[in-house]
Amino acid sequence: MAETKELSSKHILGIKNLKPEDLHLIFKTAKNFKEVINRPIKKVPSLRDVTIANLFFENSTRTRISFELAEKRLSADVVNFSAGSSSVKKGETLLDTVNNILSMKVDMVVMRHPAPGACAFLAQNIEANIINAGDGTHEHPTQALLDAYSMMEVIPQLKGKNVLICGDIKHSRVALSNIFCLTKLGANVKVCGPPTLIPKYISKLGVSVEYNMRKALEWADIANVLRIQLERQDIRYIPSLREYAQYYGIDKTLLNSLNKPVVIMHPGPINRGVEISSDVADSDQSIILQQVENGVAVRMAVLYLLAAKRK
Amino acid sequence: MSKGRTILTDKRFELTLQRLAHELIENYGDFENTCIIGVQEKGVILAERIHKLIVETTKYEHLQLGKLDITFYRDDFRTRVEPLRASSTEIDFLIEGKRVILVDDVLYTGRTIQSALAALQDFGRPDQVELLCMVDRRFNRHLPIQADYIGIRVDAVDEAYVKVEWKGYEDRDRILLFAAK
Repeated sequence: MAETKELSSKHILGIKNLKPEDLHLIFKTAKNFKEVINRPIKKVPSLRDVTIANLFFENSTRTRISFELAEKRLSADVVNFSAGSSSVKKGETLLDTVNNILSMKVDMVVMRHPAPGACAFLAQNIEANIINAGDGTHEHPTQALLDAYSMMEVIPQLKGKNVLICGDIKHSRVALSNIFCLTKLGANVKVCGPPTLIPKYISKLGVSVEYNMRKALEWADIANVLRIQLERQDIRYIPSLREYAQYYGIDKTLLNSLNKPVVIMHPGPINRGVEISSDVADSDQSIILQQVENGVAVRMAVLYLLAAKRK
Repeated sequence: MSKGRTILTDKRFELTLQRLAHELIENYGDFENTCIIGVQEKGVILAERIHKLIVETTKYEHLQLGKLDITFYRDDFRTRVEPLRASSTEIDFLIEGKRVILVDDVLYTGRTIQSALAALQDFGRPDQVELLCMVDRRFNRHLPIQADYIGIRVDAVDEAYVKVEWKGYEDRDRILLFAAK
């Protein structure tokens, strides 16, 4: 594959419009930043002349802290904004809000928004670099990048490996970004969940579907477990969380009965006892906390590479 | 690129490395509390060669060797035409209170060394820092930075380009001077 020194895009709106060589450049740079964040002094001066606005129109703990830490460890100036305490409540449009912030000379925007495509809309209308930190049920590119990076720490070559994504595929932006990312890296991807929570035409994306969790896990080298997103469900897709836990919940008994170890991942927040039991989440098989650590390194890489491209 | 002229052949190259190693042995004695840090990427090759010569001569195995990547410390990474690619930093010791011998292949404008000094601060406060370089292009400096140990001095115009080739990476050890890049 041709190696690149520069990202092909000015924005990170989704994995769909990134090239495989972009992904490898991000992973390689992230490895350098992982070394930086494990130093006694975890800071480099790369982005000292860059101002970044974090616009969160939707709740977030991990992603928001992760981005803010990444920005601060690159020495960028950071402004935070959350919809709850802003003029959005007073009826201002998205474009007006962002343009007002940009007129204060902001170079990059990290945005999470409940509407799919909100970041793409901004990218068409403003000058700054945009990083999508989750847009509705569409994409969450940096999560997929950190998931793939964490997988590659355990299994360096993902090509030909079997990755299972299970849970609420329909409402998950993490699932969609993961599918784009992993298929670009050459992995075999399978999704597993209740039929009502798996989109009808998902196989068009090059993934296979399995409705039986045991069979799916027997196939998998890695399982990325997703949460049931009750807040996005307008109707009832499953009879009850208890029934979901019985059919699709992953516990230690189920994992021990398989003939091989499966690496367990979860993007958080975890609903312990629903999609995953506590003994699995806290076991040696799980790399959930490594994912969080890698999140900062991967986001530093994305911010750094976009800043390098600006001029 | 135009055809280069060899200004240091492999035989003299080895002698120069020997001289640099012996200058360090003369000045640093038992190398107590001392480390050698090579600047990625070519500086690391020079640092490894010098380190090997010193350890072979003195048997001081405790002399530590580190690799420093300065990509994230450069002040020009957003204004360069060619994007930079980071290499790895491998310094698994603190340099707090240590004597540091910083090593790079060519000292030109001094900007790399300025970034390297900034980067070093993140690993502690060194007691002293000295600079060793294979080539000193002494009339092309942009900053008040000078080397303490110099392999060869090259006086050339700004357009000229000096390339150090290393055995194991290229055919043989030698230094070339090109009229233009």
